Amino acid sequence: MRVAPSLIIGAVLSLAFVVMALVSLVWTPFDVTALAVGNRLVPPGDAHWLGTDHFGRDIFSMILVGARTSIAVALVAVGVGMVIGVPLGLTAASRAGSWFDDLIMRGNDLVFAFPALIIAILITAIFGPGAINAIIAIGIFNIPVFARLTRGAALSLWTRDFILAARLAGKGRARISLEHILPNVSNTLLVQATIQFSLAILAEAGLAYVGLGAQPPVPSWGRMLAEAQTMIALAPHVALVPGLAIVSTVLGLNLFGDGLRDLFDPRLQRGPA
Amino acid sequence: MTRFLLCRTISLLASLLVASLVIFLVLEVLPGDPARFMLGLNTSPEALAALREQLGLTAPLPARYLGWLAGMAVGDFGISYTYRVPVADLIVERLWVSLPLALYALTLSTLIAIPVGVLAAANRNGLIDFSAMGLTQIGIALPNFWFAMLLVLAFAVNLRWFSSGGFPGWQDPGAAVRALTLPAIALALPQASILARVMRSSLIDTLDEDYVRTARAKGLTRGQALWRHALRNALIPVVTIMGLQFSFLLAGAIIIENVFYLPGLGRLAFQAISARDLIVVRSVVMILVFAVITITFLVDIAYALIDPRLRRRAP
Amino acid sequence: MSFGAKASLAISTALILALSGPALAQRTDVVVGLVLEPPHLDPTSNAAAAIDEVVYANVFEGLTRFGPNGDILPALAESWDVAEDGLTYRFMLHDGVTFHDGSAMTADDVVFSLDRARADDSVNAQKFLFADIAEVTAEDDTTVVVTLDQPNGNFLFNMAWGDAVIVAPESAETNTTDPVGTGPFRFADWRQGDSVTIERNPDYWGEPVQLERATFRFIADPTAAFAAMMAEDVDTFPVYPAPETLSILDADPRFEAIVGTTEGETILAMNNRREPLDDVRVREAIVHAIDRQEIIDGAMFGYGTPIGTHFAPHHPAYVDLLDLSAHDPQRSRELLAEAGVEGLTLSLALPPPVYARRGGEIIAAQLRAVGIETEIVNVEWAQWLEQVFGNGDFDLTVISHTEPLDIEIYGRDDYYFGYAAPSFLAIWDELNETLDPDARNALLGDLQRDIAENYVNVYLFQLAKAGVQNVDLEGMWVNAPTQATDLTGAYWAR
Repeated sequence: MRVAPSLIIGAVLSLAFVVMALVSLVWTPFDVTALAVGNRLVPPGDAHWLGTDHFGRDIFSMILVGARTSIAVALVAVGVGMVIGVPLGLTAASRAGSWFDDLIMRGNDLVFAFPALIIAILITAIFGPGAINAIIAIGIFNIPVFARLTRGAALSLWTRDFILAARLAGKGRARISLEHILPNVSNTLLVQATIQFSLAILAEAGLAYVGLGAQPPVPSWGRMLAEAQTMIALAPHVALVPGLAIVSTVLGLNLFGDGLRDLFDPRLQRGPA
Repeated sequence: MTRFLLCRTISLLASLLVASLVIFLVLEVLPGDPARFMLGLNTSPEALAALREQLGLTAPLPARYLGWLAGMAVGDFGISYTYRVPVADLIVERLWVSLPLALYALTLSTLIAIPVGVLAAANRNGLIDFSAMGLTQIGIALPNFWFAMLLVLAFAVNLRWFSSGGFPGWQDPGAAVRALTLPAIALALPQASILARVMRSSLIDTLDEDYVRTARAKGLTRGQALWRHALRNALIPVVTIMGLQFSFLLAGAIIIENVFYLPGLGRLAFQAISARDLIVVRSVVMILVFAVITITFLVDIAYALIDPRLRRRAP
Repeated sequence: MSFGAKASLAISTALILALSGPALAQRTDVVVGLVLEPPHLDPTSNAAAAIDEVVYANVFEGLTRFGPNGDILPALAESWDVAEDGLTYRFMLHDGVTFHDGSAMTADDVVFSLDRARADDSVNAQKFLFADIAEVTAEDDTTVVVTLDQPNGNFLFNMAWGDAVIVAPESAETNTTDPVGTGPFRFADWRQGDSVTIERNPDYWGEPVQLERATFRFIADPTAAFAAMMAEDVDTFPVYPAPETLSILDADPRFEAIVGTTEGETILAMNNRREPLDDVRVREAIVHAIDRQEIIDGAMFGYGTPIGTHFAPHHPAYVDLLDLSAHDPQRSRELLAEAGVEGLTLSLALPPPVYARRGGEIIAAQLRAVGIETEIVNVEWAQWLEQVFGNGDFDLTVISHTEPLDIEIYGRDDYYFGYAAPSFLAIWDELNETLDPDARNALLGDLQRDIAENYVNVYLFQLAKAGVQNVDLEGMWVNAPTQATDLTGAYWAR
């Protein structure tokens, strides 16, 4: 089996992202909460590797801490989607064709039918903006993704011989789902999770643009980018750095996810990217 | 078949009812009073009370919900709290921007995606495939408002090929199309990236199918097999994705509408939320949900008509 | 770029004329950028400043009006007499004034407008303007007599507000979507979500305006506002939403920045009712923790004038009290220790404007430096109005009070920051009984001192009117005594 170059690129970019977040836990060049208005919009140089923002904060330090915020938001949002969506999908598949299955699938369609960004705005309008509510808003729309994927993958397994054997052995539907189906769909779920993870990072940026998402003083890539919009003519680096950070991380995660899929399922190997 | 239709119709109506209840209740718990928003800081309690009465905000909850449903059933969405014009008129006017913009973006995205996807599939694992798929990955990874802003700076501020935003109306179709071009590009690129990837993998899957192999065995070249047999079948998932993207483009353009200050449906909803014009918000959301659910319903029916096996949901 | 290419790409014929040089005729249209779209166009039934920014002085007129520097000028009332007891105002109206629908504007319309605004079921947002009116009568077609319950030194000032414009009974209810006024411009078109267009009123009673039409474009996104100016899609942004790029536009020979004053006192409001902010030492500690200049520089890129009390510095009665609240973190810590407050955490509610969102982040950092932690809560306007303003549920908030001469809010018992101290009310009552202008100014000074010495709020800065416009556009207001875009004097120099 050949490891695709895209998987390596993706793994490196994703790893860099995680490393940044980890490093920020123990060290940042500057304090990200300390403002120095007199020192604002300094271009990249020796003192500040990536320059400073409109409050004179060190952008490199903010990118490091922002990686942590992104991971936290995306991880929990995808986690919410999986924790609720996967059991729903498993149960639906185990009772395929029943009213319960129908209810879950109709419910999924219903959630999908709601305009995501408008609902996110409403959620934050009700509970107030903040990382937690951004997570809920993104997480809700991850539930049907995982429910549907799990159901689809599980359905094909239910007709397989080894499941039939388990049923003949007297195992209940729930137990089979847990012991036999779940392990067999976990690769598919893992791949989807990396992709949803990257989408959640993009979603956080979109929410930040409309003023939602993580609140100051916690640095977030999305808010850095949104706040830097108006500065681009004044100090382009302020808008370019967080933008490139988001693009390269999302790119990395997507490449990694695709690469993983090919690795897990060589049958589907479709070449590059 | 009748039974199937009946079941699906009942489930459609139930979905719509649940959706309307969810929307209504969510907006009820939304903090913020439309009357206070309209009258501002210096207002008196009497003026507030008078306005609340005038807006019909004093009626009990169930009465307002049923009134809203009954109105919608006959196409009456009520009068906007802030704009003081019928909500239906507002929505129709905005659709004249949002609908063409969504169609424009979808057309652009299709025009980009299908050739790129086909080219990549035809050159599977080649240099073209590799670079095309790399570009689509970047297209997916771009935050849309950032990309839109770069487009504005390049094409409106520096090159002055397009205006920076706004919408001149359809009296002058040329100007209208030009005004929608940059926003359509900003919307289309990420969608095209996704679509091109779907096109490519769907085509590769079909090329591996037996009938295509047979065709090739019969002496058709790879290109001939691709065009004559594979492409048509490979388009089915692409069209499905396009349907999903269209409804997304209709509702999901809030950010792009904001960057280009376009009077579209998404921005109407966004502004209505901040002004607590709840009657507008719930009608816009309801219409969007209605559109998506109904499209899904019609697609299900169409599939069932074509393929009777799908009438039973069991595996 | 060749002329041909330019012509094929320009947005409107008018723009081509403007770009192709002085040989062609002067422009007679203008495109004005506004951040907020008015919800509707009736200034008598909604507080939104965006309504006045379109229609004030352009479409609707009142008995009196604000001049460019806040002076009260005659408008529909040519002149007036005030009785010696200060209770009776007799307004002499201009002859031959017509509404845009052709009907005559008479004393009856004035009676109707004022009675409608002060009626029990009135939804006028500034009902207090009319609170002292006892009776309004028409003596003849061009004479209106207004009787007050008590003397009110501000009555002519009140009648200049956009909320007090004169409307006709036939069109009062439809002014929201089809405004019919007496002004030099009449309403032409509203493309909801995009723009409002007004055009010259050929039958105007006064001096005709030079512009033939004006379009107000609504651009909320600050980056889009910058792009719209740079691409010359908009001729002027009287209140430009991105102070950070103002210097770039000003440096461009095509544009100039116009920086003037507003009536907006921007404050860090404190909930005087809530512990521990009910302790004046804690409030004073917060005041000394704040470095105003850093906020003005950091949030507004230098646009704004520091204030030491809740009063506009350009007003003759203003007293400089900045010394009372100098930046002194050491003093802050001492005061906190004295008050026995440790490990204080306060919530800081920030409404959407940039002065609040950016200013709030700086304030949070400055408070942290003296040991006060803040929890920033970004809120929308609707939420701010309900939670902070309506229910007084907050610790700290940043807000600009934009109404002119609004120090009286400190005397309101139910006001959100909850001051209304007897010391203030005593001066306030004396002021209401005083008619002599010098004595009034002295009392206004006492009011300012009272609220500064009691550290009711942190008075940050007077909001600047930072606008930008095409260099050839003349006659626009520099200052903003009220939130309006008066185009009656605007013209193109070339």
